[in-house]
Amino acid sequence: MAGSPDDRSLTRRELLVSTATALSAAALLPESDQAALGTQPAEPAIPADPTKAPGPPTSAASARSPFVQMARTPTGAIAGSSLAPIHLMNGTVTPSDLHFERHHAGVAMIDPARYRLMLHGLVDRPLVLTLDELKSFPSVTRVYFLECSGNGRAAYNSPKPELTPQLIDGLLGNAEWTGVPVRTVLREVGVRSEATWALAEGGDAALLSRSIPLEKLTEDSLLVYAMNGEPLRPAAGYPVRLLNPGWEGNTCVKWLRRLELISQPNMSRDETSKYSDPLPNDTARQFSFVMDAKSTITYPTYPVQLTRRGWIEIRGLAWSGRARITAVDVSTDGGRTWTAAKLQEPVLDKALVRFTHSFQWNGERSTILSRAVDATGYVQPTLAEFRRVRGSGTNYHYNHLRAWTVQADGRVVYEAAP
Amino acid sequence: MSRASAALALGASLVLACGGGGGGSADSGSARGSVSPAASEPASYALGRTPEPQEIAAWDLDVNPAGVGLPSGRATAIEGASVYAAKCAICHGARGEGVAPNPPIVGREPREGFGFGRDPALVKTVGNYWPYATTVYDYLRRAMPQDKPGSLTPNELYGVTAWILAENGIIARDVVMDSLSLPQVKMPARDRFVRDDRLTTPGFK
Repeated sequence: MAGSPDDRSLTRRELLVSTATALSAAALLPESDQAALGTQPAEPAIPADPTKAPGPPTSAASARSPFVQMARTPTGAIAGSSLAPIHLMNGTVTPSDLHFERHHAGVAMIDPARYRLMLHGLVDRPLVLTLDELKSFPSVTRVYFLECSGNGRAAYNSPKPELTPQLIDGLLGNAEWTGVPVRTVLREVGVRSEATWALAEGGDAALLSRSIPLEKLTEDSLLVYAMNGEPLRPAAGYPVRLLNPGWEGNTCVKWLRRLELISQPNMSRDETSKYSDPLPNDTARQFSFVMDAKSTITYPTYPVQLTRRGWIEIRGLAWSGRARITAVDVSTDGGRTWTAAKLQEPVLDKALVRFTHSFQWNGERSTILSRAVDATGYVQPTLAEFRRVRGSGTNYHYNHLRAWTVQADGRVVYEAAP
Repeated sequence: MSRASAALALGASLVLACGGGGGGSADSGSARGSVSPAASEPASYALGRTPEPQEIAAWDLDVNPAGVGLPSGRATAIEGASVYAAKCAICHGARGEGVAPNPPIVGREPREGFGFGRDPALVKTVGNYWPYATTVYDYLRRAMPQDKPGSLTPNELYGVTAWILAENGIIARDVVMDSLSLPQVKMPARDRFVRDDRLTTPGFK
């Protein structure tokens, strides 16, 4: 950031000052601009023999190795999304700076000193909380996946061989969330018996709002203020977001400023014209909150080319908003036969699960698929079954099987065949 | 270690951590000494304050299908046309036909049926897909125009709402939209929306 460590033209004090200035200036930028700063051509000073010269000193925050290129896919749109490079990740925890984004009026930048959360409507005692007050309630920490229900649209609507897992399923993340159970705060306000829903509203320029059934809010929903050990990042809803475990990401309202207890859903734009699922029987499914069981292989996938025959490890992710994942089946012959994959422990409820499967590739064309099963017995559907039930024009909740074909030359491409 | 014993061990370590104050006992029989159970949850944590009525009113801007939340004010589509032209057309087109990447907001095809699930080529608009007219007002009030949300007056909001409904052929251009008439507008797609049945029906839905 301020020259290479052996740049003698800077004194230590100058280096500290310029680093601090750059850090504070960067902190004021939207994350997309911060990412742009981080992707400026790096000129790493890599010694020929790192054992013969000391490296850089300690620093305020670690950066990735200049040899590692991982990035989302920002479009520059105010109302848009950027997809996480899930095919470049290992394990199950999504690095916070690479967690997917979906905003409806840009990233709200909120001063924590001015932040307020208001609870009102069908309650005995309306309440306003500062951020400090909210954080003073008993806290819980849980690992949950978070997924946009539009995930998978590219593969369903416009499949092509050159699709990566990032472009298909990159609106997916998994994090350790810390916050206050919604029920803890609802207890304070005295929810009236006629209340059955709450309108959750964000403090962004879209005032994004969703009606959430009270039953869910009192079951396991969280008022989240930290993610992977640090305060939420602005793109993730700083300072507070709603998190409804296992439910579509849009219901997990970011920059949450208001919960209004109500007796019927508000029929907001994002629960009527958007986030509703047209079906082939001339209806549209509404309030389709739960994310069905799903899995995808993340390796080997496009744009990987296998360069040697022999044993490879097929790796992937599985998740379900309904219940814990109990099995992932893998096929290497286009779905004719299936083998149980290894699930990496611990397998957590409503969290990403890493699965692996050893496969001996002998140079033949092989179509590889994964299939998730959860504790309710739900089995991830085939593309043909999905299309038959949901229709070609449906929208959201695309959880059909994803297939990749390893060609004879080792190139791996997305397989759009049913 | 089985899952159950792992959970027990984890629980024990949590209790130990919470009861750290009592962990220094010199009792030779147990390194832990006596540990009190956690206090039960209080009736209230006594955090926060009661909002003033005007604080609630300033944020309580939502409008529901019964019209609850609609402010006073009124306008026709004829009156709303100039507001639309000045503040909306640049993104949504002079007649609501859309300006890429913004899709159309006006259009009634298919006139018959609701074939969106079958036909990916059908384009959803306010006229052929939105089930409630009140949602138009609610959304405009929250989020439009995108570069200056919250800037339209109630009369302007009623006017633009009326213009969108009239262009879609749902109301006449001279019909006044206000807090009483808007909730009475029945949208063409009103009866097409069904509740989620995935969790209550076996098999893939």
